[in-house]
Amino acid sequence: MTVLSPKPLAEPVRTGPAVLSARDLTLVYRTEAGAHLAVDRVSLDLAEGERLVLLGPSGCGKSTILKAAAGFLKPAGGTIALRGRPVTGPGPDRIVVFQEFDQLLPWKTALDNVMFPLVRARNLPRTEARAQAEEALERVGLTRALHQYPHELSGGMKQRVAIARALAMRPEVLLMDEPFAALDALTRARLQADLLRVVEEARATLLFVTHSIEEAVLIGTRLHLLSAHPGRTLTTRDVAGLTPGTPAFTREAKVVHDLLFPQAEAADV
Amino acid sequence: MSDLPLLHSPSLLARVWENQIVRRLAVLSLLGLAWELAALWQNNPIMLPRLTTTLAALAEAVRDERLLGAAWVSLSVLLKGYGLALAIALALVALAAANRFARDALQTLTAMFNPLPAIALLPLALLWFGLNEQSLIFVLCHAVIWPFALAALQGFESVPETQRLVGRNYGLRGPTFVALILTPAALPSLLSGLKIGWAFAWRTLIAAELVFGVSSGTGGLGWFIFRNRNELYTDKVFAGLLVVILIGLIVELGVFRTIENRTVRRWGMLK
Repeated sequence: MTVLSPKPLAEPVRTGPAVLSARDLTLVYRTEAGAHLAVDRVSLDLAEGERLVLLGPSGCGKSTILKAAAGFLKPAGGTIALRGRPVTGPGPDRIVVFQEFDQLLPWKTALDNVMFPLVRARNLPRTEARAQAEEALERVGLTRALHQYPHELSGGMKQRVAIARALAMRPEVLLMDEPFAALDALTRARLQADLLRVVEEARATLLFVTHSIEEAVLIGTRLHLLSAHPGRTLTTRDVAGLTPGTPAFTREAKVVHDLLFPQAEAADV
Repeated sequence: MSDLPLLHSPSLLARVWENQIVRRLAVLSLLGLAWELAALWQNNPIMLPRLTTTLAALAEAVRDERLLGAAWVSLSVLLKGYGLALAIALALVALAAANRFARDALQTLTAMFNPLPAIALLPLALLWFGLNEQSLIFVLCHAVIWPFALAALQGFESVPETQRLVGRNYGLRGPTFVALILTPAALPSLLSGLKIGWAFAWRTLIAAELVFGVSSGTGGLGWFIFRNRNELYTDKVFAGLLVVILIGLIVELGVFRTIENRTVRRWGMLK
């Protein structure tokens, strides 16, 4: 599939077709006060197996772009397409992991939460769905919590279930909206490492939203930096293969910080 | 790499005391004792018969006067009215959820009719429908529809946005979305509305039967109480009241409490 863009962005040419592509995507939020321009002509391509991180300060529209990709929000201008077909509404080929802990359905156990979309959206028979759900929960380290209800799980475990539920669906693209933002620092670090491992094992394509530079450089193979009010593309960065703690990782984080906050010197990273 | 240990298990005694039925039985025993002592002290069976006399009268009424039959007459009318009211209320709530004007209309109607005691409509119902079951069902519907509709509407409106998005993410729409996401998410409010509706219906029915008891030849519990008071069988009046209370308790503890324990409490949606 080829997408012809009137204004090609200065970014490396990807090999392989784009799974998700946005062209001049413009998104408007309507409130009672009126319409607000949230995202202004952002273009991006997400290749198979790639992990693209939308990074920027609050108000840069990164979550809004993710909502549009999920189909919860219709573009006011431009297009967003999944494998060349315009996104017209939500669907199980793009599974979202939210920040909120209440994304798990409280009336279902961990196992039932993972099985639910497999049965309802992918129409798997229950035995098959159960096997896949158990495997997915095992991958995120939750074999002992299968039959517990969400209110019996810690915040970190809830997010693990949500990740397992999303991965088990084997969506075309996995959409994650600051999934670790409500966790404490230690739990967040462990979940980041585990997420990287399971996403690589599953060769999943990932669109990840965060406002943490460290998290972005760690999770992403490529960063899409946005400025705020309205959200506009600043630039993109290739960050694949950087190991945390290495000088290269720290240097990249500093470069990204200076790109996002050009006036401030990097003293407060 | 698994997380924290989860639940501590409380001691057996603490767990028994955690059971609300056990605690309520203790309260009932204390009340029964107080009654018996008060009646002994009063020593006037026309005004206040003893608990033991009342229980004997209860047994006699069950055996010889078809008290359980009267209770069943009341209950069957109640169930008809309750069921019809729930169906109407759910239809109204569905309309209200789909349309903003319908929601404003429902909220206005609820605000108007909720404070109006259903029994106050009985004279009007008798005028419209005559001295029969339809009148009872009409006032029962009025007693149940508004509080239940109010609770159901609030329940559906307070479903967390994230859970709605999750359901839509899986491509669920229309009736499937309502059945699989909205209804379980709103279940705490729905159950609370069912309980309030039941209590309102029960007291409305007994009150209505006290005003006019006989429909289609057989009287209900309210009629049983009224008839025995006229003949100064005070012990049987108390026996009738006991049955009213017992049925209320059985439904509250046996039905609603069981449903809550198996659903919303187990799911941590209700503390």
